[in-house]
Formats: sequence, C-alpha cells, structure tokens
Amino acid sequence: MNNSMTMNSGHSPEEAHSVRGYIFVFIALLAGTILTVWASFIQFGSREINIAVALTIACVKAFLVAGYFMHLISERKMIYLVLGFTALFFAGLMGLTIWSTSPEGMVHFQHVP
Amino acid sequence: MDFPYIVEPRRDTGLYNAKLGIWLFLASEVMLFGALFSAYVLLRVGAEPGMWPHGWLNVYIGTANTIVLITSSITTVMAWVSCKLRQFGRFKFFHALTLLLAMTFVCIKSYEYHDKFMHYEITLANGKFADGHLIERSGDFDLAKKTGRVTIHGHEVDSEMELMDMQRPEARHIQLEEITIPATDIKKMERYGPWHHTYLAIYFTLTALHAFHVICGAVVIGFLWGPGSRMWKTDPERFTNRIEVSGLFWHFVDLVWIFLFPVLYLL
Repeated sequence: MNNSMTMNSGHSPEEAHSVRGYIFVFIALLAGTILTVWASFIQFGSREINIAVALTIACVKAFLVAGYFMHLISERKMIYLVLGFTALFFAGLMGLTIWSTSPEGMVHFQHVP
Repeated sequence: MDFPYIVEPRRDTGLYNAKLGIWLFLASEVMLFGALFSAYVLLRVGAEPGMWPHGWLNVYIGTANTIVLITSSITTVMAWVSCKLRQFGRFKFFHALTLLLAMTFVCIKSYEYHDKFMHYEITLANGKFADGHLIERSGDFDLAKKTGRVTIHGHEVDSEMELMDMQRPEARHIQLEEITIPATDIKKMERYGPWHHTYLAIYFTLTALHAFHVICGAVVIGFLWGPGSRMWKTDPERFTNRIEVSGLFWHFVDLVWIFLFPVLYLL
C-alpha cells in the first residue's frame, strides 16, 4: 500500500501522482495485451521462441499488476517473506515439471516398475 | 471481546490481520494454480506429435476478456483510492464498474463455453472427419438407431490431425459451409467438451476454476458495494481495509488470467 496516502478529503500532489501511476500501468497493461496478440501471429522461427516471447510479456504484465496495483513494490517485510517461500515452492514445482519432461526425467520415469 | 489489529497494524509486522490473512491465502492460491499449470505442461509435452491443438479458441474473445479484467483491476484500485480520499460516492461508482466488468467477464466466458459445447467433431463412416457447429438435428435423429440427420456449419477433412493446428496459414482460409450428414454416415459424434481432448480437459479445468474465483470475488465486491458499505458510516478505516483486501484478491484473479490467456489461446 502507498503509505503516503492518508484518509483526508483533499488531493495532495502525491495522491494525484499515484492515480497517474495507476493510469500509466493500466495503459501499459493494455499495450502489453495487444503486443501479446500481435506477437502470437508472427512466426519467430520456432514455436519455442513464440512461447518465450508470450511468457516474457506475461511476466512483465504480472510484475506491473503485482508491483503497482497490489503495491508489492513497497510492501512490508513479512509479505516478502511469505511470498519468498511461495516463490521457492513454485519454482521447485515448475523445476520438477520441466525436469520430468527432459530426456533424463523421462528415462527415470520409464525405469519405475 | 475486541480483537486486536483489525484496523491498526501490528507494530512488529506492520500489517493488520486481514492483510496478512489474504496474502497467506493468495500464497496457497499460487500453489493451486501452479499445480494446474504444471499439469498443463505435462499434458502438452506428453501429447503425440502433432496432436496438441492450436487455434481452437477465439483469440478476439479472449482478448476482449483480458481487456475487461485489466479494466476491472484499475476500477478496483480506484475504488480503494476513493476510500482513502474519503470520497464515498466515487468509491460506489468505481466498485459498481468493477462489479459490472466482473459480470461481463462471466457472460463472455459463458458464451465461449456454449460455443464449445455446440461444436462437434464427427467421425464419418468413410474414415473422414466433419467438424463444425451444430445448426440443427432432425426430429428423428438417433445415432444408435441410425435414423435422421444433422446439419453443421463447418468443414470436412481427411484426417483428425488436420483439425489440430487451426493456426496454420492454410487453416485460416478454410471455407466453412453447411453440411448435412445422415446418421447412417456417422460413426461417432462428439462435442468439444472436456472429454474430447486433454487440451479441452485442462482448458475447462483452468478456466472454470478461474471463473469460480471471478464469481466469488464479484460476490464479495457486491456485498461491500451494497449492504457491507454500511460500515463506512461507523468505521471507515476498517471498511477501507476490507476494500484493500478484496482488491488484492481481485488483482490476483487478473494476474492468473494474464498467464491463462497466452497459454490457452495463443500458444
């Protein structure tokens, strides 16, 4: 949360700045959506590159939503701690998923009786 | 009995109860959707070569829903800002907009589901495949008794694999037409439901779970907009905290869709 915001009826320059920031993020998200769709119609050479491009744009959009709309950019340490553990387990889950689809992982699974 | 830290933050964590609670809940939600994304990856990688579908969903409808959710995200944050600025009228306006956008999202999703359930893949007796949306079936149509006929708006192909990649350049120029097929020529007829293909199974699972979150979020937003807003008169700070917490959940729903859209519609 933007801690500079206080409960009063006036519009401080900081508050106006925050609103402008939200609008900027909103426009960036719209642009990101259009960019994602546009990029999906372009053949970058292989489907893997298309996937990488789409997921990169999605990550940037996710950063904007989490960072600014959810105020993670200026959150408390406790929240970072909770999310740090979540990120660790999520990375582990995805790591295992990717490993299990690799040739080494496939061989390992094939040996299970 | 008064519970501590409902409004004011705890000194050591800097957080009030509900805020810590919602973040712990969102952390568990990350793992829930993470597990389903993992299932998606495994299904996709494990599919037979050339048998993972592309272009089965309408990109324009998906884009429209993405824009609807992004717009609802900014209206949510503006509702919270309005509470912070003690502008209750503006809060009501922005929250009503959020509610309206949530309902728009669910309506568009329902249309998409309906479209898929009206879409059929028909295995013909001659080994070919007819694919398209059902227009009508004759009154006496019975596949088991081989009576009657169905009419679809679609096209015919020689192999099932030709139906998989609808993003390939040739597929974009397919001419759709009305095709009437007698039941005697039909070997099998199947809707594009979750049972039709593992892609559709994971598509319906992920999007239905996401839509469930949208509906739950809309119920909470609706409550806070309606009867729940009475708290504004008695305890505006606590009410503002509630708006923040519901907003965090709503942004998370938007965040999940940011990944669902390219993964299911575009790649």
